[in-house]
Amino acid sequence: MNLNLTLIGQAIAFAFFVWFCMRFVWPPVMQALRDRQKKIADGLDAASRASRDLELAEQQANETLRESKEQAAEILEQAHKRSNQMIDEAREQARQEGERMITQAKSEIEQEMNRAKDELREQVSRLAVVAAERILESSIDEKRHAELVDKLAEEL
Amino acid sequence: MAGNNPTPTEYIQHHLQNLTFGNHPEHGWTIAHSAEEASEMGFWAIHLDTLGWSIGLGLLFVLLFRKVAVKATTGVPGGLQNFVELMVEFVDNSVKDTFHGKSQLIAPLSLTIFCWVFLMNLMDLVPVDFLPMLAQKVGAMFGADPAHVYFKVVPTTDVNATLGMALSVFALIIFYTIREKGFSGFIGELTLHPFSSPNKLVQGLFVPVNFLLEAVTLLAKPISLALRLFGNLYAGELIFILIAMIGLWQLPLHFTWAVFHILVITLQAFIFMMLTIVYLSMAVEKH
Repeated sequence: MNLNLTLIGQAIAFAFFVWFCMRFVWPPVMQALRDRQKKIADGLDAASRASRDLELAEQQANETLRESKEQAAEILEQAHKRSNQMIDEAREQARQEGERMITQAKSEIEQEMNRAKDELREQVSRLAVVAAERILESSIDEKRHAELVDKLAEEL
Repeated sequence: MAGNNPTPTEYIQHHLQNLTFGNHPEHGWTIAHSAEEASEMGFWAIHLDTLGWSIGLGLLFVLLFRKVAVKATTGVPGGLQNFVELMVEFVDNSVKDTFHGKSQLIAPLSLTIFCWVFLMNLMDLVPVDFLPMLAQKVGAMFGADPAHVYFKVVPTTDVNATLGMALSVFALIIFYTIREKGFSGFIGELTLHPFSSPNKLVQGLFVPVNFLLEAVTLLAKPISLALRLFGNLYAGELIFILIAMIGLWQLPLHFTWAVFHILVITLQAFIFMMLTIVYLSMAVEKH
């Protein structure tokens, strides 16, 4: 327990270690701590910014989704309308075509009938003439005969 | 153990004797072979064991921390860096809580005190006979009488070590007082408190009384700082030595006392650091 030079030696060693710590240990560690603090703060900042952005983007996406849904519904409706319209048009066209074909057929039939009637009339008159010829058996002269036939043909 | 069959007194005394190198009035510069020789050397002697261990542990501290400081990254810290940062932040917070002046020195000073004192105290947990016996074996190899090879492992059980640090702190206290308040302020602090009077004559009478009181207060700071650490560790070491003498039963006792001592060594390191900060903040603050 003697007080001696050790005391001075210890004080010198102490001073040296404090100096070393102050010069070479403390500043870099504190610098690292400060830098990390800043980094973390920046990171948190960025994270909150990103979450805000995310929220915004979600909002935007929802908006877009809603709009596109509306558009799709509109397009669908239009398509429905258009298809109905087309069906109606087609139906109308078909009806008209049918009518046209019917009238054409009717007129053809009428024509045919008329022609048949004419033919029939002619044949009937000829038959009548032949029949009358046979009945009269050349008693009637040619001239009267022709006149009679013409008159008959006109009457028919 | 010292010698072949030392008495308990010899054993204890042997353990409490430093390895002293000094200028003996008769033998010149040599290593002391006994406690008497060591005390005859007077002031001009050094304790090789105390200085060796304290400087070694101090180097361990600064180099370890320096290694981490060089590689300190701002990214995810590794295990050692984590530990160092923990210590640095702990000390930094302690300093910020207590010391309100501006100083680049106080925080690293406190870190050094805490870690260094803690490491020196930690040597107390090494079983008391391990290193001294090793030293005796080494001493014997160099031809010394093992009974006269002293080796005290815990530097803080040497009052020289604690007082050396405490006086350094004391010098800092005075330096900071004078820097902040000027030399006249320092003198004023010593002589104008706690008694003061507007009457110049009465004040003149108060000055010696004040000086006596304040000088004691001032000197008590380094002395108490040194003796508190020294006393705690010396007592702890002494109990370790006593426990080591009782044979097989020392094992549970030693374990218990060591566990308790973990608390003591940390606490004493912390107290030394904290009181240093408090004293220095008192030196800086105006009353």
